[in-house]
Amino acid sequence: MIAFIVSNTVANLQRYGLSSGYGFLFNTSAFDINQRLIAYDSTHTYGRAFIVGGLNTVLVAALGIVTATIIGFLAGILRLSKNFLVSRLVTVYVEFTRNVPLLLQIIFWWVILLALPRVRNSISVADTFYLNNRGVQLPAPVFAQAAIGILVALIVAVVAAVLLVRWARARQERTGEKFPAGWTGLALIVGLPLAMYFILGRPVTFDVPVMGRFNLQGGFTVTPELVALWIALATYTGAFISEIVRAGILSVGRGQTEAAGALGLPPWLTMRKVILPQALRAIVPPLTSQYLNLTKNSSLAVAIGYQDLVSVGNTILNQSGQALEVISIFMIIYLSLSLLTSALMNWYNRRIALVER
Amino acid sequence: MTTSGSKGSPEPSGSVKKSEAAAKASAERAFFRSRADMLPGRPAPVTTIGVLGWLRANLFSDWKNTLLTLVGLLVLWRVVPPLLGWAIFNADFSGTTGAECTAAGACWAWLDQRINQFLYGFYPADSYWRVNVAMVLLIPAVAYVLFDKLPYARYGRWYSLAYPVIAAFLLVGALPVYDAQGELAGSLFGFRGIPTDRFGGFMLNLVAGLAGIVLSLPIGIMLALGRRSKLPAVRFAAVGFIEVIRGVPLITLLFVAIIILELFLPAGFSLDQLIRVMVMITAFSSAYMAEVIRGGLQAIPNGQFEAAQAMGLSYWKMMRLVILPQALKIAIPGIVNTFIGLFKDTTLVVTIGLFDILGQARLLQTNPDWIGEVDHETFLLAALFFFVICFSMSRYSINLERRLDTTRR
Repeated sequence: MIAFIVSNTVANLQRYGLSSGYGFLFNTSAFDINQRLIAYDSTHTYGRAFIVGGLNTVLVAALGIVTATIIGFLAGILRLSKNFLVSRLVTVYVEFTRNVPLLLQIIFWWVILLALPRVRNSISVADTFYLNNRGVQLPAPVFAQAAIGILVALIVAVVAAVLLVRWARARQERTGEKFPAGWTGLALIVGLPLAMYFILGRPVTFDVPVMGRFNLQGGFTVTPELVALWIALATYTGAFISEIVRAGILSVGRGQTEAAGALGLPPWLTMRKVILPQALRAIVPPLTSQYLNLTKNSSLAVAIGYQDLVSVGNTILNQSGQALEVISIFMIIYLSLSLLTSALMNWYNRRIALVER
Repeated sequence: MTTSGSKGSPEPSGSVKKSEAAAKASAERAFFRSRADMLPGRPAPVTTIGVLGWLRANLFSDWKNTLLTLVGLLVLWRVVPPLLGWAIFNADFSGTTGAECTAAGACWAWLDQRINQFLYGFYPADSYWRVNVAMVLLIPAVAYVLFDKLPYARYGRWYSLAYPVIAAFLLVGALPVYDAQGELAGSLFGFRGIPTDRFGGFMLNLVAGLAGIVLSLPIGIMLALGRRSKLPAVRFAAVGFIEVIRGVPLITLLFVAIIILELFLPAGFSLDQLIRVMVMITAFSSAYMAEVIRGGLQAIPNGQFEAAQAMGLSYWKMMRLVILPQALKIAIPGIVNTFIGLFKDTTLVVTIGLFDILGQARLLQTNPDWIGEVDHETFLLAALFFFVICFSMSRYSINLERRLDTTRR
C-alpha cells in the first residue's frame, strides 16, 4: 500500500511538472507580511517568510497562554466562590465560551474590532493610546545606547530577588521568622531598573503616535487581527482552563480546608499555601494539553488574515506549488513547538510533584 | 460599716446583714428555679431563614462577599438590559434589505428570507424535505443509542447502525460517481442526485459532525488497542498516526485534504470534496479519541486482564466483554468532550471554501443588501445553534456518568 501511494505521488509530481526538495526556500518570496517581528519585505526569501510566520505564531501563542492562564485560574476559583451571583455569572461565561466554535469567536472579535471608528475619529486615551479600525496604536519605546544599563539592572534585580526569596525561605524553615521576600523582590525588580533609568539620564524615550492630517504617525501598531485572535484564544482557552482548575481544587479533600481553618490560616492563605499546591498536581498535565491546543488553534488565524505560520505557508504553497514540502514544514514546526511546550511543562510538573518519603 | 459589694459572698456580720443575705438567697433561688413547662419553640431569626437568610448567607456574609455581589450586580446591570434592548425591544423584525433596519437595536429582518440558507445552504429548495426527513429519522436513531429502556431496543440498535446509509441515500440520492461533465451519474430509485457541493448551512455541520462522531469512536478504539499492542509493527503504526495527527492543527490537515490527497491517488481518480473533509475530520478526532480511550484502558487494573485470560477468553472476547465496557465507562467525559470538539471543528470547512452555517453568516454579512447591518445578529444565531447542541451533549455526559457510576460515594 505504501508502494502504491509512493508510485502514485511520483507519477503525479511528474505529471504536474513539480520539482521536489527544499530548494524553493531560497527563492525570493515576492509577497509582503504586514505583521513582523524581524526585518522582512518582499525581496526576502521564502525561508525567511516562514521564520516571520513562525514567530507570529509563537507571539500570539505566548500572549494567549499567559492571558488564558490568568483568566482560567481567576474564573476557576471564582466559580467555586460561595457568592451565588458571582459563581453563576462565571458559569455563564464558561459554558457559553466553551460550547461555541472558536473560529466563530475569532471572526466575531475581528468584525467587532473592524467596526471601531476610523483612524480620524480614533478613541484616544490621554492622546497617547489610540483605538481605531486599524488596531491599537501604542507609544513605541526608543532605546538609546545607555539603555543597556537598564537591562543589566533588571537582570541584577531578578537574580537578587531570586536569591532573596531562597534566603528568606531557608531562614523561615530554620528559625520560623518571616520576611516579606515577595514584596521586597517585587520592589527590587521594579525599583532598580527605574532608578537606573533616572541615573542614566532617561535613555529610553517614547515615540508617541501623533494624529496627523489623515493618519496617525509614529508609535507602534498592534493589528486588529492580532488583538482579535488574542482575545478569542485567551477567553476560549481560559474557559477550558477554568474547568481544569475547578476540578483540581475540588480534588483536594475538604479536610485540608478544614485543617487549615483550624490552624487559623485566613482563606486566601489556605488557598495559596494549602489548596493550590496540592491542586496543581491534578491541574498541570491537562493544562499542558490546553497550551498545546491553544498553540495549534492559533492557526485559525488564516481565516482573518493574521499572518501566522499556516497563513504564510499557504501563500507560499499557492505561489510555489510545493505542497508536500510546505505541509512537512508545518508538521515539523508544530511538532517541535509541541515538544518544547511539553518539555517545559513536564519539567514544571516534576518540580511540583508529590515527593513521597 | 460597709455594704456588701460582692455578689454571692455574703458576710454575716450583724442582723441587718443577715436579712440582706436571706433576701438575696431567695432571689437566687427564684432565678435558678427550673421551669416545670417547656417554652414553645420559636421561629429562627428572620435573618437566617427564607429569602433574607439565603441572601445573607450567599451574597452578603461579609464585606468581601458584599463587594463581589455588588460587582456582579454592576456587571449584570451593564450587560443584561442593553443586550435585551438590542436583541428584542429595539430590534427591527421586518424589511427586505439592511437599509430598512432603522431602529437602534438588532436587525432580524433577514431571518424570514435567509433562514433556509442558514439551515440548508445551497441545497435545492424543492428537496428540503429530504433533509427534513433525514433529521426526523435521526431522532430515533440517536434515542436508541442514548437511552436503555425503549421499546424494540433490539431492532432499534440495528436501525441506528443502518441510519448513516439511509441518511446518505436521502441526502445525495445517487452514487458519488461523476460523469465527464462533473454531474452526478445517475440517480437511485428516481431520486434526483444532489452533489455534495450543494450542501451547506447547519446541515453541513451536522452531516460532517455526525459522520465524524459515528466513525471516530470505533477507529479511536482500534488505535488505542493498537498503541497497547504487543506487536511492534502495529504499535509503531498506531503511535506514528496518533502523534503526527495530534501534533498538527486540523487546518493543515484540511489543506492536505484539498491539495495533497490528489497527489497520493492514481491519475484520473478524484474524491468528493466533502468526503475528503470528513476523512480528515474523522482522522483528526480519532487520534484524540485514541488517547482518551488509552487513558481509560490504563485505569483498568491488571487483574482484570489476567482474570479474563485465566477464563480462556480470546483477545477480542476479553476486550469486548471485560476490558472495554469498563474502560469506555471511565473515558466517557473525555469521549463526549472529543465529540463536542469535533462538532465545533466542523466550522473549519469555511477556510477551504465550503459554506457551513458560519460561511453563510459571512456571506450575508458581505451581501450588498445587508452589509454592516447584520454582523452581530448572524453570529449570534450561529452561536446559538452550536451552543444548544454542544451544551446538551455535555449535560448528557454528566448524566450518563452519574447513571453508570456504580460506586456511590
